[in-house]
Parts: sequence; structure tokens; C-alpha cells
Amino acid sequence: MTDRPVSRRARFLSLTDAIADYVHDGASVAMEGFTHLIPYAAGHEVIRQRRRGLTLLRMTPDLIYDQLIGMGCARRLVFSWGGNPGVGSLHRFRDAVEHGWPHPLEIEEHSHAGMAAAYAAGASGLPFAVLRGYLGTDLARANPKVRAIEDPFSGEPLAAIPAHRPDVTIIHAQRADRAGHVLIEGIVGVQKEAVLAAKRAIVTVEEVVDDLRPPGPNSVVLPAWTVDAVVEVPGGAKPSYAHGYYRRDNAFYTAWDGIARDRETFLAWMDEYVLRRQSAPAPGGRE
Amino acid sequence: MPAQPPSGIAYTPSEMMMVAAARQLSSADVCFVGIGAPSAACNLARLTHAPGIVLIYESGTLEAKPHVLPLSIGDPELCETALTTVSVPEMFAYWLQGGRITVGFLAAAQLDRFGNINTTVIGPYERPKVRLPGGGGAPEIARHCAQVFIIAQHDPRVFVARLDFITSLGHGEGGDDRRRLGYVTAGPTLIVTDLCLMRPDPATKEFTVTSIHPGVRREEIIERTGWPVRFASEVEETPSPAAGELEVLRDLHARSAPGSAAS
Repeated sequence: MTDRPVSRRARFLSLTDAIADYVHDGASVAMEGFTHLIPYAAGHEVIRQRRRGLTLLRMTPDLIYDQLIGMGCARRLVFSWGGNPGVGSLHRFRDAVEHGWPHPLEIEEHSHAGMAAAYAAGASGLPFAVLRGYLGTDLARANPKVRAIEDPFSGEPLAAIPAHRPDVTIIHAQRADRAGHVLIEGIVGVQKEAVLAAKRAIVTVEEVVDDLRPPGPNSVVLPAWTVDAVVEVPGGAKPSYAHGYYRRDNAFYTAWDGIARDRETFLAWMDEYVLRRQSAPAPGGRE
Repeated sequence: MPAQPPSGIAYTPSEMMMVAAARQLSSADVCFVGIGAPSAACNLARLTHAPGIVLIYESGTLEAKPHVLPLSIGDPELCETALTTVSVPEMFAYWLQGGRITVGFLAAAQLDRFGNINTTVIGPYERPKVRLPGGGGAPEIARHCAQVFIIAQHDPRVFVARLDFITSLGHGEGGDDRRRLGYVTAGPTLIVTDLCLMRPDPATKEFTVTSIHPGVRREEIIERTGWPVRFASEVEETPSPAAGELEVLRDLHARSAPGSAAS
């Protein structure tokens, strides 16, 4: 527990500086956002800074991890569902697992329930998560971190998995105020848990406002002292979406299938829309 | 070829499958909905005979009433039409594991005669021939919902004799395997395909054909099943889709299509 600061102080940084300061080669990095609020712009900056050997955690790798994997940033992937939602395969992920391109990718595979519980355990400062899951499926055999334990009270067999404790979590949110308090609305996913479980946290936001004005007393607000860096990146979740700001670019998700299927087409797209852009959002390539 | 029922309304095998699946749901159900075909069938039920059905999507959206079918499990349409949206850890812990769901509705890349599902790999896990997306929410949906419905195209590559990987447990090796593993729910109780309905034998838990869609021959089902498929002693004919059911289904697909004004 000593590796986790009790209190943080949000700094307003450029995207370039935030990634340079907190995402290092070999680090474990969680970029969360369940279909909604996926931190694409930050992921693209990680690619531009050519990070290597990362352990990437994410429930649904989505296109952003397809891109990071295809660009050779990842050594290991911790995940629970690796498809292009409603479209089909993540071809770069498949190419890495099936053919080791651009290099072999270790995988640590979970179910959604397990990933969510592992983040919640990390946020809670617990060493592991307990759930009724995995047992009886081949996931329990494929992932050596899944262990069977016994309920000390009833004797029921349960599954245990280690808590997720990423070196850094990156999320995208709607708004922050000038103190660095962060508001998340809509499908809130697992972002709160992923931020609180991590040693460091970067939050990109659609806008920085004078008054956060949470819409209700129970709104999801991450206080400034739970995040390390706040970066204003309008459009930073495109081609996913930001509830209240812009809609999901379903056409781009569909188009990605054709772009990512072929290595050369993929590399050309990444070169044009990510590598050759400065740290501005490179959404679906169709602003 | 579209079938031609006596009423004169042509429909496709896929439409028959959706309608047959939707009919199995009622207004009393709280349904955990998979994306794709399950979502279409569940919303068809909601828009026809089961207006009170509660649809839950794993993105945290409780009582979603989407006007258009979502492409992804977390489309804004779901959140905007939901009664409330909870976090993903809460969804899986309180609502699914907590035992509040009557029906889990899943699709399958591969399934076997006991309703076990593979959505992980074709070939060996370490060196897969095809790496599929993986389990997502399905392993625990298959475990915690009171019962599970599965919808799948009737194809020998889907209905296989042996799975390469058990992602979501159905009835295991059959019989009371599920109970032995500590599962307390019924597991898969229905498979809906474009040819027929299948239900588990009460003792062996092997899925057997209980209802055949109009115009489908038994030989077709045998040819397109990867194990020696059995038929129940009394096999019904599935009633063909009613005009109203087809109209609602087609409207739903039309307004969900890319480029439509509503999507």
C-alpha cells in the first residue's frame, strides 16, 4: 500500500507533458471507458511518444488498443472482450495473438465481472477480488491468476483474482473545474474504480469550466485530490462519444474493419491520422 | 428462399428466428440482453406482446427502451432511454450476481449439445487458429440468470460436437453437472435457430428439437447439426410470423440501419 499516495494534487498539463510525465516504457496502463468516453486522444499521444513494453488493461480493448497493439506499444494485454462492438474482429489484436505481429502479445483474459471486481478491489485497497464466476469454464484454466478459494463461513467454492493496481489509469470525462474536480455523466463504466485503483491518474476532459455545477447531489465526481493530471482535450473521446457533447461515430467503427484488416493499410492510416498530427485529437479521421 | 405461409406474407428464416425468440419472452421477465440478435429479439418482444419486459444491458443501463437497435452495448441510445444507469461493477455485482435477472439472452459463435458456449478461440488457446473476442459478460450471465436463452444460426460450424473452449458453461457434460459445480440456476433452457427450437432433455440435458419452423425438413436440421441430433417424441410446428410481428421487426431494422434518419 505504500506505493500509493494518500492524496494527489491535480495539475493542469498539456497532453504531451501528461503522457511524458506519467506513462513510461514497461508501465501497466489502464485506459477505461465502457464504449462511452474512451480516451482516444491520450492513447494516440502514447503511440506518438512511442512507448514500448506496456501492460495494457481494459475491459473492452476497442479500437484504441487495436491501434496501440498494432503500433507495437504493448507487451501484455489484460482484458475481457476483444471485439469491435457490433462489427466483428479487432484485426490488429487478432494478428498479434494469431501471428505475433508486430510482436507476440501475452494475454491475461478475464470475464467482465472479473475485470470489474478486480478494479473495485484495487480501489478498495484489497489484495484480491472474490466472485461467483470463472469456475466450471475454461477461463479458469487459461488464466493462472484465477484461483479457487473457499468461503470460510459456508465452505462454498468461489473464484479469487488479484486486484488491478495499474501504474497509471487514463480516462476521458465531460468536465473539470479549475481546481481539477472531474465530472462524469452517462454510462460511467468502471472509470471511478480504475482511477482509485491506480498509482497515478490522468483525466482528459471536454472542457474546463469555472463552476462544475454537478447536475445532482449524487453525480459521479472524482475530486481533484484523486487525480494527478487534468488535460483539456475537446473531442478527446472520438470516435467513441461524450454524452452531452457528441455521438458515437458508428460509421467509423464499421469502417475500421477495412482499415485494420491489412497491415499496410493500417500503418498508412496511423501515419496519416495519428503520427503526423500534433497532440490534437485525431478522431475517426473525419472531423 | 423466403418461406410462403398460407397467409401470403413472405418472410426470411432469420425473421422466423427473431419472431420465435421474441415469443419466448413475457412482460414478467427481467432480461439481460446480449448485443446483436438477442437485442433485436428482446426489443421485438417489448414492442409487441411484452411491453412490460425489463431490458438490461451490461453497460449499466437498467430498463432501456431503445427506439433504434444499438450497434454497441454502450450506445448513447441505451443510456438516454434507460430508467437509470449504474456503474459496470455495480451492474455485475448487485444486479447480475445478486440474482435479479430472470432471463439471460446470448448469442454463440460455437455451442455444443449441452448448451455450453465458446466465444474465445477456434483451435488451441495458446496457438489459436481464430482468436474470437472472448467472454465479456457471458460467463456470468450464463451462471447467474435464472435461465438462459441462446440464439444462433443453425450451421455445422456453430453447432459442433466438441467445443475448443468453454467460455460460458451450459450443462457441462450433461445430467446434473451444473449442480455438481455449484451452479444453482437452470442454465440454458432454449436454443432458437433459423430452423427450429431446441430444449434440453429433462434428464440428460442434451438439447433436442422440440419445434420445427414451417417448411423446414428434419434432414436439414440433421445435416446442419454437428452432432447426431435428437428429436423430441412430440415435435411441434412453430407458428409462422404474424403480419404484425413482421411489421414491427422490419420497422425496427429499417430505422436502425446506417443512414436512416432515426439512427
